[in-house]
Amino acid sequence: MKHDTVLTVAITGMNAVPDNPGAGLAVARCLREAYGKRIRIVGLGYDALDPGLHRREYCDSAHLLSYPGSGTDAFFARLAEIHDIEHIDFLLPCLDAELPLLVNLAPRLAECGIRSFLPSPEQLARRAKDRLAELTREAGVASPETLPITHADFFHDCERKDWPFPLMVKGVFYDARVAANREEAEIAFRAIAAEWGLPVLVQRRITGEECNLAGIGDGSGALLGEVMMKKRATTSRGKAWAGISIHDEELAETARRLVAALKWKGPIEIEVMRDNQGVYQLIEINPRFPAWIYLSQGVGRNLPALLLALALGEAPPALLPPRPGMLFIRYAQETIVPLSSFESLMVDGRSELESEKP
Amino acid sequence: MDNNQDRQGKSLELPKPENLMRLALSDSGFVFDPVSGNSFSVNGSGMAILRRLQQGTDLTRIVASLCEEFEVDALAAERDVIEFANLLRNTFR
Repeated sequence: MKHDTVLTVAITGMNAVPDNPGAGLAVARCLREAYGKRIRIVGLGYDALDPGLHRREYCDSAHLLSYPGSGTDAFFARLAEIHDIEHIDFLLPCLDAELPLLVNLAPRLAECGIRSFLPSPEQLARRAKDRLAELTREAGVASPETLPITHADFFHDCERKDWPFPLMVKGVFYDARVAANREEAEIAFRAIAAEWGLPVLVQRRITGEECNLAGIGDGSGALLGEVMMKKRATTSRGKAWAGISIHDEELAETARRLVAALKWKGPIEIEVMRDNQGVYQLIEINPRFPAWIYLSQGVGRNLPALLLALALGEAPPALLPPRPGMLFIRYAQETIVPLSSFESLMVDGRSELESEKP
Repeated sequence: MDNNQDRQGKSLELPKPENLMRLALSDSGFVFDPVSGNSFSVNGSGMAILRRLQQGTDLTRIVASLCEEFEVDALAAERDVIEFANLLRNTFR
């Protein structure tokens, strides 16, 4: 793709922490490898210690945002401040909690000149965990039975109500824990309710193999560039530490049906369990790229680059055919950060990274 | 006679060739399933059995060819094939 001017892309989710990384740094890496210096990448985060904000190879500058919990107006005001400095052409959010705000803010951002490629508020709501049953019925996809509960008393006699342990206890927005007995379930309920509010969701636990699919919905019902991954090693929080690309036409078809039912627009991650009968059971749908998205570049299907092309109305980059058998393995390393960069982020909420200074 | 019967006349259900065809086999004995993402390694005799099962070869012929290739008696070869075939059938449904 050719641009007369350098394109400025702002990416959130730079919290590339080991046990539960945001996708921002991986997205930035994909775009940097596709576009080189033809784009400026603005890293957006919430903590001056977010590692991605300090990776000069991927971020040309870094800014701290207002937390989504501070409200739509505060969030928009902070983005507008950053836009005044950076002149953002395209915003690519990578965190679940930002999406409810941003899908509503998209028209206002577009008026300011910040483009995005996001689902509508209704599309976003229809893939929420507490509405998955409705969606899977429409799409003809299997999913484990899920029950919203508002009190931990449910676990006193849940086995008599045909909800035997182990069960999954989940937050409406985030978090999922396995509960092997009543005590564990009550602890999980209280922790999740305190952080994510009520209701808490109880889901039958499916045994089998977990597989994930990442892709892009074009907004008219088509799924583009699907990349599938099976986790080979996980962190203590169940996040992929190593994984391998796979290809199963049945999983692709499952994802196509879901994307078509939603008419999804934007990045999407579909999490499924392949149960012991070989049936794919939908566990959840994330409205963003996953942290393992760099695997898409590894298999010749750079999804963040495809997204940018779609958003700009340009010819999409060529995608290679599915390529199963490509592994990714994460590793931990230290990024050295000058005190001045850290200070600048802490005090001013922004940092122009060292390599960009004259 | 059913060529998939063992020496006691018991019929053996072999894994379906189409379920094994997708497996990528390397000469080192490394096997990768592109659908599940699982991988494992097999020894020389396991590789020989797997390749023949992929071709849809029946039990009698697999045992005969193993006896020839590995200088093993027919009883031991048949036992190994049955055990390995059951393992594959349960893994690749």
